[in-house]
Amino acid sequence: MSGATDLWLLMFACGAATYLWRGLGVLLSGRLNPQSALFEWISCVAYALVAGLIARIIVAPSGLLAQTALIDRLLACAIALMAYRLARANMFVGLVCGVMSFIAAGYVRGAIQ
Amino acid sequence: MKPDRCRALRAGAREALGVPAAVLGAGFLGYGSLAADAGYSVWLTLAATFAIWALPGQLVLMEMQAGGAAVAATILAVSLSAARFLPMTLTLMPLMRNGSRGRRLWQFLLAAQLVSMTTWAVAMRRFADMDVESRWHYFLGFSAVCIGSAAIFAVIGQLLLGALPPLARFGLALLTPLYFFVTLVGEAQSRTSIAALVCGAAAALALHAIAPGWEPARRRIHRRHGRLAAAESPCPAPLTSGC
Repeated sequence: MSGATDLWLLMFACGAATYLWRGLGVLLSGRLNPQSALFEWISCVAYALVAGLIARIIVAPSGLLAQTALIDRLLACAIALMAYRLARANMFVGLVCGVMSFIAAGYVRGAIQ
Repeated sequence: MKPDRCRALRAGAREALGVPAAVLGAGFLGYGSLAADAGYSVWLTLAATFAIWALPGQLVLMEMQAGGAAVAATILAVSLSAARFLPMTLTLMPLMRNGSRGRRLWQFLLAAQLVSMTTWAVAMRRFADMDVESRWHYFLGFSAVCIGSAAIFAVIGQLLLGALPPLARFGLALLTPLYFFVTLVGEAQSRTSIAALVCGAAAALALHAIAPGWEPARRRIHRRHGRLAAAESPCPAPLTSGC
C-alpha cells in the first residue's frame, strides 16, 4: 500500500466489509418475530459475544491496559458495579468510582515501586 | 414531524448526551491520538469513523495498514472483527419494524450503519417501555449524538496527541470496558440474559487460555509495535474496545 488514495480506498473497503454484517442482519431480520424463541436465542448470542469481548479485555488486555495489574482491573469492576448499585443505578457515579479506584491503585503501585 | 416523534428523538439525544457520549468520546480521543501517530489526516480519521463506525475495526485497520499487511488480509480481519453486528442488527431491527407501516427497507439499511455496541446495548434495554414509532426516533436521536461525540473527540485526540499524563490514559483506557461491564452485568434483566453473559465470558476466557493466538490481528500488533504501541496507545485492545 502506498499513497493517500490507496489508504482512502482501503478505508472504504473496510467500511463496506463491516457493513456487510449490518446489512445482512437487516435483510435476515425481515421475518424474525421478536416474540419467537429464535429471536431470544439470537439476542443471547449477541449478548454472549459482547460479554466475551469485555471479559477478555478485562482479564487479558493488550495495549496500554496490559501494563496494569489484573487485580486492579477486577477491583475497579467490582467497585464500579457496587457504586452503581448503591447510587440506585447511576452510571456516572459507578464509572467515576471505578476509574478513580483504578487510577488510585495504579498511583499507589507506582509510589511503592 | 409529529410532536411525539420529535419528543422521542429529543429523548434519545438527551440520554446519549450524558455517560454514553462521554464514554464513546474517551474511546475516540484515544483513536484520534493513535491516528495522528499513524500519519492520518483529520479528514481520514473522520471518514473512517463515519464509514466504519466500529472502534475495534478502525484500530485493526490502522495497525495492519501501518504494518504493511496485505490488502485482502486487512479487509478480512476488519470484517471478522465486526461479525457481532449480525446478531445485533438482527435483534434490533424487528423491534423497530413490527407494526409500523410505511417504513422502507432502505431506511432500515441506513439505520444499520448507526448500530454500535453502545447504541445497541442501550436501545435493547430502553425499547421495552416504548412503542415502535418512538423506538425508531429514539434510536436516531441517540445514535446521532453518539456519532457526533465520537467524531468531535477523535479530532480533539488527533490535535492533543499524547498531552495526557499516563495515569489519566490508564483511566481512559479502562473506561470503555468498565462501561460495558456495568451496563451488561448491572442491568441484566432475565435469567436467560445472565446465562448468556456468563457463557460468553467463560467461553472467551477459555478460548483465550487454550489458544491465545486465535486473534491473528491482535498478535501481529503486539509483535510489530511491541513496547512502543503499548506505551503510546491510550486505547484498549484493538478487537475489544469501543463500539
